[in-house]
Order: sequence, then structure tokens, then C-alpha cells
Amino acid sequence: MNPQFQLFPDQASATATHLDHLTVYLLTVAVIFSTLIFALIFYFAVKYRRRSGHERPAESGHALPLEIAWTVIPFLLMMVMFTWGASVFFEMSRPPDDAINVYVVGKQWMWKTQHLEGQREINELHIPLGRPVRLTMTSEDVIHSFYVPAFRVKFDVLPGKYTTAWFNPTKPGRYHLFCAEYCGTLHSGMIGWINVLEPAEYERWLAGGAGGESLASSGQKLFEYLACANCHRTDKPGRCPNLTGVFGSKVQLTTGETVTADEAYIRESILNPGAKIVAGYQNIMPTFQGQVSEEDLLQLIEYIKSLAKQPAPPAAGAARTAQRAEPKQNR
Amino acid sequence: MITATVPTRDNYLTHEYGVKSWLLTKDHKRIALLYLASITFFFFLGGIFATIIRLELLTPPGDLVSAQTYNKLFSLHGIIMVFLFLIPSIPATLGNFFVPLMIGAKDLAFPKINLLSWYIYMAGGACVLYAMLEGGVDTGWTFYVPFSTSYANTYVILTGVGIFIAGFSSILTGLNFIVTIHRMRAPGLTWFRLPLFIWSMYATSLIQVLGTPVIAVTILLVAVERGFHLGIFDPALGGDPVLFQHLFWFYSHPAVYIMVLPGMGIISEVVSVYTRKKVFGYRFVAFSSVAIAVLGFLVWGHHMFVASQSVYASLVFSFLSFFVAVPSAIKVFNWTATLYKGSISYDTPMLYAFGFIGLFTIGGLTGTFLATLGFDVHVTDTYFVVAHFHYIMVGGTLMAYLGGMHYWWPKMTGRMYPEGWAKLSALVIFLGFNLTFFPQFILGYLGMPRRYWAYPEEFQVYHVLSTAGASVLAVGYLIPAIYFIWSLRYGKFAPDNPWNASGLEWQTTSPPPPENFEITPVVTYDAYDYSILEEMKVG
Repeated sequence: MNPQFQLFPDQASATATHLDHLTVYLLTVAVIFSTLIFALIFYFAVKYRRRSGHERPAESGHALPLEIAWTVIPFLLMMVMFTWGASVFFEMSRPPDDAINVYVVGKQWMWKTQHLEGQREINELHIPLGRPVRLTMTSEDVIHSFYVPAFRVKFDVLPGKYTTAWFNPTKPGRYHLFCAEYCGTLHSGMIGWINVLEPAEYERWLAGGAGGESLASSGQKLFEYLACANCHRTDKPGRCPNLTGVFGSKVQLTTGETVTADEAYIRESILNPGAKIVAGYQNIMPTFQGQVSEEDLLQLIEYIKSLAKQPAPPAAGAARTAQRAEPKQNR
Repeated sequence: MITATVPTRDNYLTHEYGVKSWLLTKDHKRIALLYLASITFFFFLGGIFATIIRLELLTPPGDLVSAQTYNKLFSLHGIIMVFLFLIPSIPATLGNFFVPLMIGAKDLAFPKINLLSWYIYMAGGACVLYAMLEGGVDTGWTFYVPFSTSYANTYVILTGVGIFIAGFSSILTGLNFIVTIHRMRAPGLTWFRLPLFIWSMYATSLIQVLGTPVIAVTILLVAVERGFHLGIFDPALGGDPVLFQHLFWFYSHPAVYIMVLPGMGIISEVVSVYTRKKVFGYRFVAFSSVAIAVLGFLVWGHHMFVASQSVYASLVFSFLSFFVAVPSAIKVFNWTATLYKGSISYDTPMLYAFGFIGLFTIGGLTGTFLATLGFDVHVTDTYFVVAHFHYIMVGGTLMAYLGGMHYWWPKMTGRMYPEGWAKLSALVIFLGFNLTFFPQFILGYLGMPRRYWAYPEEFQVYHVLSTAGASVLAVGYLIPAIYFIWSLRYGKFAPDNPWNASGLEWQTTSPPPPENFEITPVVTYDAYDYSILEEMKVG
């Protein structure tokens, strides 16, 4: 098909297929209703056109059964829209557990992506075919929106907050990544590419290039550089909580509340340590606001995550990489 | 004041002369004309911006204007069209003129407040114009934070002040209508004898009074954060940007109904008159206006499905959004049923009514698409949304406004417009509109984001179609502007009731006298009772 005359966008993810089915339903309802109304109007307009100025048309009253019919029938059809749309939406909102994690940072006017293996890209993202990809996204400045039409995926990227989106690419190719939330002068220049590669090709891509160390081990270096380890000791009780195994766990606070230690919690604890104090500890940590970038934060988070999975800190980075490589070999 | 030597009857246009008699008038009809001139100015200004936008988008690279200029153009197009044209359009002109006439009153309840509202509107408009001349604003009409508070380098506060001020004129107009409709109906004119235009103006006024203060507060908070760096919305200052979106859409979604409900009222009048039948299901149509006004306040979150609000909040907002579609559908079905066995004539206002029903149906159906959660994720912030709201606001409101202008022009000016030209322009506008905006639905589904100054080549075909349509549309809007002005001097004199309509406004002279009615009418019949006209002739 001539790409210049496309009517439907590329269908390159599982969700895209599901959404397009919903679209067909919506279009069918719309076409039936508009045809019905337009045909009736046209027919009445011709049939009952005024032939003489002395016509006395029939009294129009109202007909309760008719009013009920044209209230209830569209409503029921719309409830199908609602439930179907909601089920597609829930699918879009829930990344599967085996998804690959990729970090995305938006800033005026570019997309920065980081792989756990350490590859960093600008306005590009390489991903393997057939594996779900989960994005953890944040912005350095204003609100952006991560939009890949071929995947039917869109989610806002906000400053000061992590949002997630996910997709399962089903067709190799190169697809547009747009910023969909107006973000200033070069909003329309904030365009990147998603490259869906065959798994073998993806392995080659991962191996080549300036990947270097994994995200977690970059995070570990930062952790040491910022002297976090002086207080957050892993070998013996320190002045601050031991971070081993903390990610994903429930944390008891001094207020008595319990929170889950997710990405947002760790981010907040680094930038605004006084916001949530762990029970049994003092508020002695200085803020790192202004000293760490959004990308640094993501590396630190990834390091802390790695502590959760592999309790031996020095080997954490390497072990994590090895663990990550495993499922790929299984395929 | 009886001047027997003057052959024509005294009317509100000839009653007094001079600039002062206009600028200090308390006559709702003259104030309506002041508004008419002002909003027409802003409509064409916003239209010029739209024209440049469409020309820029003719080719994929940004080549006609700079990116920054483009961003200012679409921002000002939106701000001017929404706040200075669409919101005041029907209420402040046709509503101002005809609410008192249609209920048999001498004026609105508060004539001085009515004049004040025009001055406030002009002050707000002047503020926006001043900001524009100083360099404009590039936040879009939505003023999303933290871009508008911490990043934009343009006249955000000044423009915001303009919108803030203009909001008060909207509140005062709404307040005036509510009191007038409650207190000043002619003897015998019960609620269920009211023309449906009055019902829709009443529902609109409720939204104006209840909703507008929220946008005022929101703009104030943006100004405070931008001016004094108080952390309200910007996360870098400890604020929450999603809070802004909740506040903004809490007003701006109901604002859509401020724009479209009056249009629906006009369509009910017009459909009835040109079929010579009472509107089918009068009570359903009347109550559906109120239902839309109330439900319209409960659905703002459907603008935020991908904005990081809770998934369950999105679920509730999606569910409720479908409830707004029901009363809108009821109206369309009832108008269609009114045609059945009618005596239908194709005068220009009726052509606009046909156009409205068709375009509003498409706009409404695509609205249900957008309320559908998964679908909205893909098309929100794309041209699909742009197409959808233009079908409602331009295809709906503007078509109805033009239909109403033609319908009531003889009463307002005492002159007939040229029917041939009017029919031609209605057709040109309808075709031009569809050519402009229908391709944008496809563009949006293909993934073309909104507010793009430059775009990838694969989208060009649809942009070319859209720009071609926009040129047709521009011609379509210029024709009425020319013949309306022409008709003021050369149009045929209008009889008092050229359409044989039964509404009270047609029982006084064209143009009406300053006090509207020489004798206060007494109403003994329902709205749209055409048999009463025969009886009057006999009597």
C-alpha cells in the first residue's frame, strides 16, 4: 500500500491489534447511527417538503415508547463501548511481570532512554521483537507524553513523578516516537524512533556499541561517589536503614504508616529525605536535590533494586546482568 | 414620544442617535449589537490565525513561520476563539437580544449590569490584544503547568488576566439571564410554554455562573506561581501539575456546553419554524438541556486518561461521560422526528439546522469514541481530538450561530438578507468545513500529534486536503459578513413576522421598539403552536 494514503497506522504491537478491533466496533456503531439519522433527515426533507403555503402539518406530540427506545438502545451500545474500552485500557495499564525494563527521561526537546545493560540512547530506543517492554518514565522539566502510534501506546511523562507504559512489539521495524503533550518551542522536534529488532539482532546490538557497564553498576559507583554507603551500610547496622532487600518491601515509617518502597519512594527519599522517615531512624540525611540528575536517580534506583534481588552487594551489578541474560537464552 | 411626521415606526435603532447613545445604552438589544460587533472582530482575528496555521501545515517542514510564532498562533487562535468568541457568541448576542423578547419582557432584569458585562468583556479582550501586540503567548489555550508557570517566556500573566476579566462578563450575563427567566416572563408564560431556546439559555447560564469562578481561581493560581514562585503546580517548587489539570478541566469541560447548548436551543427554534410543527418531545428536549448542564460537571477527568490520574478515576470518568451522550442523542432524535410529516421549507436557517444536526452527530459520535478508555489513549492529543472538538464547536456552535443570525436578522435589523447568497454560503461553509476537518480524524488515528509546527511526510496528504478545505471555509465565512453588512442598507424591508413563527419576538415590530412591546403580551398557548397564527389572522 502506498504509505502516502494510509488509512490505518502500522499495527506493531499486541495492544494495537486489540485496539483496532475496538475501533472497528466504534466505527460500525457510528456509521450505522449517522447513516440512519442522515437517511431519515434526507428522506423526510424530500418527502415532506413544503408544497404550498397553506399546509397544516400534523400535530407532533411525543411518544414515550419512542423516547425510551432511543434513550435505552444507544445507552446499551455505549455500555459495550465502555466495558470494551475499559478492558483494553486495563491491558494497557498493566505491564506483564516478565517485561524488560527500560528507563525514559524526557526533556525539552529530546528523549533519553537507558537500558538496564547500560546502553544509553538519545531519540532512539532499540528493543527486541516479541518481548514485552516496560517503560519507567520521568521528565526533567515540563510535561511530555510518550507516544508510539504503531503500538497505540501513550502516556504522559511528568516532572517529579514516575509513570509507566508498556508494549509488546510484534513486528520488526522502525517506528515513530512522538511527544504528544505540548512542551514548548520545539515540541514538534521531539521525535524519536523505536527500533524493533529480531532477538538475535538485538543481542548483537546489545553486545556492540558503547554499552559498558550495567545501569546498576553505574548506580553503585554513584552510590559510592556520593558517599551514601557511609551511612547506608550493608555490612553492619549503620545510622541509616540498610538498603538490602528494601526495594518492593513494606517500610514502616515513624508516623506509623506503612509504604511500599517503589521507584517513587526511593526518588523522594533521595531528593526530600525528610518526607518519609523510616521508623527507628533520625532525619539526618541531607537532600540531594540539585546534585543528582533524573538519569542519576534512575541509576541509583536500579542499584537499590539490584540489592533487593542479590543480597551480596559487591557482586550485585555483575550478577544482575547475568540474571538478565538468562531468559534470552531460554527463548 | 409621538412624532407623527416620521413615517416609520419608532424602533430601538432610530430611537436615539450618536455614539453616546450606544456606549451608554441600557437597551439589551443595543448591547447585543455591541457584543455582535466585538465578537465578530475577534472571530475574524482568530480566523486569520487559523489561516496562517493551515498554510504552515501545507508542507511537512516548518517553513512559513518560526516554531515560536507557530506556537503563539495556535495559542492565540484557541484563546480568542474559546474565550472571546465562542463562549460569548450566542448568549451575549442572540441571547441578549432575544431572551427578553421571547419571554415578553421589556429588558433583562439588570440592564446596567448587562452594559457592565460588555465593558468587562472589552477590558478582557483589550488585555489579550495588548499581550498579543507585546509578543503574545505560547502556552496553548490550556496553559498546562509547569510549562506556563516556570518555562514559558511569553506574556502568560497578561493573557491570563484578560481571560480572568472576561470571565466576569460571562458570569454577569449568566446571572442576568437566570434572574430574567425566573422573574420576568409574560403573564401566562409558564415554564413548559417557554421556547426551547430559553431552556437552553437557562441551562447555559447555570454553567456560566457555577463554572466560571473555577477557571478564574485556576488562572489566578498560575499567575501567583509564575509571578511569586509559590509552589502550587510545579513539582520543582513542591506543587502538583495534575492538580492544575483537574481545576482547568473542571471548568473547561462544562465550558464546551456553554458553547454548544445555546446552539442546540437555536436549532430547536429553527427546526420547529421551518417544519411548522411543535418540536417533537418538547419536555425531553427541554430537560435534556438541564441534564447536559448538570452531567457536564461530572466528566472532566476524561481529558486526563493518560495524565497519570488513577486508573479507577479514569474508569469512573469514562462511565459518566457516556451519560452526557444520552441527552445529546435525545435531542438529535427528537429534531429528526420533528421533521416527520412536517411542512419543510429550505430557507437558509433550516439549511444551517440540517448542517448542525449532521455535523453535531459526527462530533457527538466521535465524542463517545473519546470517552472509550482504550481508544482515547491512542488518539488523545492528536488531530482526532482536534477534529472532534471542531465538529462540536465549529460544526455545531458556529453553524447554529449563523443559522440563528439568519433567522433573527430580519427582526434585529428590519432588513432581509439576500436568500440566494445565503443559501450558497451555507453550502460552501458545510462543504469547506467537512473538507477541512474530516481528514483530521484520519490524521489523528494515524498518530499525528496536535500542536506540531513540522511533521513527518507521511501525514502530508491529509494536511493538504485540510488546508484546501480551510480556504473554502474562509470564503464561506466572508460571504455572509459581506451580505449582512450590505443588507443593512440595501436589503428588502423585513415584515414583522417573515417566517410565520409563533414566538413572542415575532409579534412585535421589526426592528422592535425600545420597550420591545407596546402592550405586554399575555400568553395562552404553548410554544410552537402554529394554529394560533391562523386564529390571530381571523381575529
